[in-house]
Amino acid sequence: MAYSDKVLDHYNNPRNVGSLDKGKETVGTGVVGAPECGDVMKLQIEVDGDRIVDAKFKTFGCGSAIASSSLATEWIKGKTVDEALSINNTEIVEELSLPPVKIHCSVLAEDAIKSAINDYKAKQQVDSPEEAST
Amino acid sequence: MDLPIYLDYQATTPVDPRVLEAMLPYFSERFGNAASRSHAFGWTGEEAVDRARKQIASLIGASPKEIVFTSGSTEAINLAIKGVAEMYASKGKHIVTSQAEHKAVLDTCKHLEKQGFEVTYLAPSPTGRVSVESVAAALREDTCLVALIWANNEIGTLNPIREIGELCHERGVLLFTDATQAAGKVEVDVARDGVDLLCLSAHKLYGPKGIGCLYVRRRNPRVRLVAQMDGGGHERGMRSGTLNVPGIVGLGEACALSQRELEADRVHTGALRDRFEGRIFAALDHVHLNGDPEHRLPNCSNLSFNFVEGESLIMGVNDVAVSSGSACTSASLEPSHVLRACGVGDDLAHSSIRFGFGRFTTEEEVDHAADEVIAAVKRLRELSPLYEMVQEGIDPGAIDWSGNH
Ligand SMILES: Cc1ncc(COP(=O)(O)O)c(C=O)c1O
Repeated sequence: MAYSDKVLDHYNNPRNVGSLDKGKETVGTGVVGAPECGDVMKLQIEVDGDRIVDAKFKTFGCGSAIASSSLATEWIKGKTVDEALSINNTEIVEELSLPPVKIHCSVLAEDAIKSAINDYKAKQQVDSPEEAST
Repeated sequence: MDLPIYLDYQATTPVDPRVLEAMLPYFSERFGNAASRSHAFGWTGEEAVDRARKQIASLIGASPKEIVFTSGSTEAINLAIKGVAEMYASKGKHIVTSQAEHKAVLDTCKHLEKQGFEVTYLAPSPTGRVSVESVAAALREDTCLVALIWANNEIGTLNPIREIGELCHERGVLLFTDATQAAGKVEVDVARDGVDLLCLSAHKLYGPKGIGCLYVRRRNPRVRLVAQMDGGGHERGMRSGTLNVPGIVGLGEACALSQRELEADRVHTGALRDRFEGRIFAALDHVHLNGDPEHRLPNCSNLSFNFVEGESLIMGVNDVAVSSGSACTSASLEPSHVLRACGVGDDLAHSSIRFGFGRFTTEEEVDHAADEVIAAVKRLRELSPLYEMVQEGIDPGAIDWSGNH
């Protein structure tokens, strides 16, 4: 199968590989997919105020899955949480020229962003119960 | 060393230069139709076909009259299974096969199920073998055919065909075996092994693509088939169509070479396979051998690299041509049905790669390929959240992933 240059670039030079301290209050972690399906993405964000100041990923999956998650971290870094939430998988498909059989990789990357943000938000609520109760 | 390195000998093989040389005259000056009885052009073609029939028969212990030429194994499988089923339907409409067969067998059986046949798909052992006991237990009064692969194309596991042949003959049931991967790689003798029908394909044994044959037993018992191709009545009515003389010459020469060099090929590819596996297992942990460590082809190694997805690994080994056990590269995202039948989990099936070694593979190539695989696995594990979990002492297999997608 022929991969697009952008997929190859992310596969060969993945951006933001690694892990953040998932115990930290300002870090949100999303893990999506399943080994049985051949894709697992872990995406983490570190938030300062309402801005994502750092993002890291690790992915088990095909080249397109690796590229989708690498691109996702690149895009959300520096964005506000709300801006990151508005990223749609079709933008990833377009940017990486993913073929139809690989669209699920972009869906997974979008899910990973949302899951990391949800985790971050849940932490804020638990950590500030009085705010949450108002 | 030329790059990329070809390690996909189960998919196809290059034509041996000696085979090509034997074929060439039959494209040009010796172009005659082997069925032309009235002139020398035809006789030359017929002689070449007769010689090839002898060469093929000799490789598998058959008599030349028992060879029916086809376009390859897929056609031979269709002819064998449908041909027997239709001919013997009055005896019974039950077929025994296994879950680890090639798609050509499975889909042919599915087709017959729609025509009212009943098919038992035996489960192989975890290493991919079908036991004689399981075949014995599946045989019924109305069983008309047992169809089992000799050497599996994905994992290289060898079935105990001789024992199964004995059983089938005792019980008066015909045995068809798909020997596409076995012929020329391990000893095959239809007389000794009690095989009634057998297919092979030239392009898996250093011959050209698009030519193969079906062996059809003529004595004890005489097997009859309903032809699947109507026409001029070639091949004793079993397969009409003008014979592909250059292809047949190539198949014959390929069989003759494979017979002569079987032992040398076995030693050569077996040593390379062991060298490759030795290097991989010494450098990496969490690698699983799929298939049977003892009963397997000498030239095939199917490995699962846990926590690394197969397609991404193939992408990472640019210099090596291999294929993935997971069918992710095709339109379907399903992992291999063979690994599934062996009970290999879908996670490991997604991590599997088949390496195939051949007559023209060198030690230098094997070392280079192994080193590249090792480097790619290490790099991809650094990227793998599953490997990270394992490093942290978490077992990814113990996690309930169902909520994640
Ligand atoms: C075990 C087995 N059976 C059947 C086939 C089909 O053979 P052919 O390509 O000659 O149709 C193959 C090869 O793809 C094979 O490996």
